[in-house]
Amino acid sequence: MANKGYEAVTGGGLWGWINARFPLDKMLKEHVTEYYAPKNVNVWYLFGALAIFVLALQLLTGIFLTMNYKPSATEAFGSVEYIMRDVEWGWLIRYLHSTGASAFFIVVYLHMFRGLMYGSYRAPRELLWIFGMVIYLALMAEAFMGYLLPWGNMSYWGAQVIVSLFGTIPVIGDFLSEWIKGDYFISDITLNRFFALHVVALPLLLVFLVVAHILALHEVGSNNPDGVEIKKHKDARGIPLDGMPFHPYCTVEDVMAVAVFLLLFCGVVFFAPTFGGLFLESPNFDVANPMQTPPHIAPVWYFTPFYAMLRAVPSFLGTQVWGVLVMFGAILLLFFLPWLDRSPVNSIRYKGWISKLALTLFAISFVVLAYCGMKPPSGIFPLLARIFTGVYFAFFLLMPWYSRIDRVKPVPDRIVINAH
Amino acid sequence: MLTDKLRSLMVVGLLAALLPVVVSASEGESFPHAGNDVRNTASLQRGARNFMNYCSGCHSAQYVRYNRVATDLGISDADLKANLMFTSDKPADTIRSALKADDARAWFGNAPPDLSLIARSRGTDYLYAFLRGFYLDPSRPTGMNNVALKGTAMPHVLFDLQGLQQAVYAPAKAGVAPVIEKLELTTKGSLTPEQYDDFVRDTVNFLDYIGEPVQVKRRDLGVWVTLFLLVFAGFAYMLKREYFRDIH
Repeated sequence: MANKGYEAVTGGGLWGWINARFPLDKMLKEHVTEYYAPKNVNVWYLFGALAIFVLALQLLTGIFLTMNYKPSATEAFGSVEYIMRDVEWGWLIRYLHSTGASAFFIVVYLHMFRGLMYGSYRAPRELLWIFGMVIYLALMAEAFMGYLLPWGNMSYWGAQVIVSLFGTIPVIGDFLSEWIKGDYFISDITLNRFFALHVVALPLLLVFLVVAHILALHEVGSNNPDGVEIKKHKDARGIPLDGMPFHPYCTVEDVMAVAVFLLLFCGVVFFAPTFGGLFLESPNFDVANPMQTPPHIAPVWYFTPFYAMLRAVPSFLGTQVWGVLVMFGAILLLFFLPWLDRSPVNSIRYKGWISKLALTLFAISFVVLAYCGMKPPSGIFPLLARIFTGVYFAFFLLMPWYSRIDRVKPVPDRIVINAH
Repeated sequence: MLTDKLRSLMVVGLLAALLPVVVSASEGESFPHAGNDVRNTASLQRGARNFMNYCSGCHSAQYVRYNRVATDLGISDADLKANLMFTSDKPADTIRSALKADDARAWFGNAPPDLSLIARSRGTDYLYAFLRGFYLDPSRPTGMNNVALKGTAMPHVLFDLQGLQQAVYAPAKAGVAPVIEKLELTTKGSLTPEQYDDFVRDTVNFLDYIGEPVQVKRRDLGVWVTLFLLVFAGFAYMLKREYFRDIH
């Protein structure tokens, strides 16, 4: 019997039986117990695991919300209130999901900033970075469609504004915006298709992309704060000298990270679920009303940097498409980062003062733009938005130049361990 | 030179410091503080009485069930049916008004909004200001206007309690619309101004409660969740420290 031979290799019992038929042991070794992460990773390296945690939380709470939510223009708003009032623990599931959306973006933004700091997008991690950027795009689509589902007045008008952006594209714009809505205005039909995309298509895509992201990561190996390759120095058994196995070392760190994250997260869920109108906006406690615009329409905070850029660009040649182009360009530029950075070193630790200044200004511009996007476009805000849109683009467009001329420090051959 | 860890902490600290700025700046027009307390059951019971007697004739609270209110506020079924239920006799029903939307539009020009979530969409401070903010204005169909919501279609249904207020305008400036400085009580009502403020505060308290009936339970549970997570985080930290003794 052929199987007997396999069992000699894989061991007996249920474990051996499974491994003779499925590479469970091999996969666990490759991705968990014998995947080596650099010993010098710091707190910034926890946000990837946290993003997976939040994804799982969103999928799980989403399933339970779907059991009681009704994707219909006449019933959606009421069904959310039914969940909040009549479903056992429905309020908790809903707040976990609504807070989870904002938490997802906080975690992902910090995760991306880590990549910017330590050069995690650079060769050989370009594809890993691009998978990550596609995840970010899918996440934005997921969040945007999910925001329509409660069918509150801000849901309605927010969707109206965003979809009308596509209408500014010359020639095909009107067709495109009708095609997205499935109607001439945001309607029951739009709500139904956004529901289908939000609960089936995009989550599937997200999970698939996350798997691809992790597979790519485990192929090239994790970067680290020094930006040096730990695979260059291996011991006699082929294990990186500066590496530690993902399990148990990274897993115990991630458990701690989840605990601290949950402390902050549950603080919001239990004590400030609307977060002062930032996570749940007050106009969204009114049902969608096509006849009544909220006093001030702003997207949820995680979109406001891009919304500020959209508004910062004036219309000329009789079209507003320029603002839309700038907004999408701001996201598109991130995809090209691996080829814009011409520095001889990976990590900000060994880059010179120009790169440090550029990254600091970039972070400031993102925060200022987020703030401008929340405010009505009056007073100082349009000017601020214009200046910092310029700073944001300069960070990318001037990078091939400043990253090359910047004076860098010598990079150590092996990692530098900070006390953990 | 700063260590990376310290620098990371500084960035996180900076972000954390920015949050309250953003949150406070995102609030709209400011009204005096309502000062209601959703833990005060007696106040909520009075608020329920006020709501059922003065509001529910025209306003629904279509997501709120009578028996949920009774359970949460410690009101017996008998008391509920005798004193608080006017449009239904089934305690599991939601609060519907007797006023038809079409009639309301014909009589007032507007259907009265459902009040289930009014405290969440407008805020308690606004509601407190609105219910105290009616003043005589002969140009309006109801004879009344409101400082918190100019041109409101709502008549002053509480005038017999509050009395009638007259607007006192600030000295006129050329080219600027007249500004109301304060409201002055010109005809006394059956309640003193202090009693009326308490009446409104109780009513707003009830509206706050029905906006999110679970809010008290949510905060109470949050304390236990936080305590558990603190203990859990402590153990997780010790576990991590134990393992990382091996990492040099």
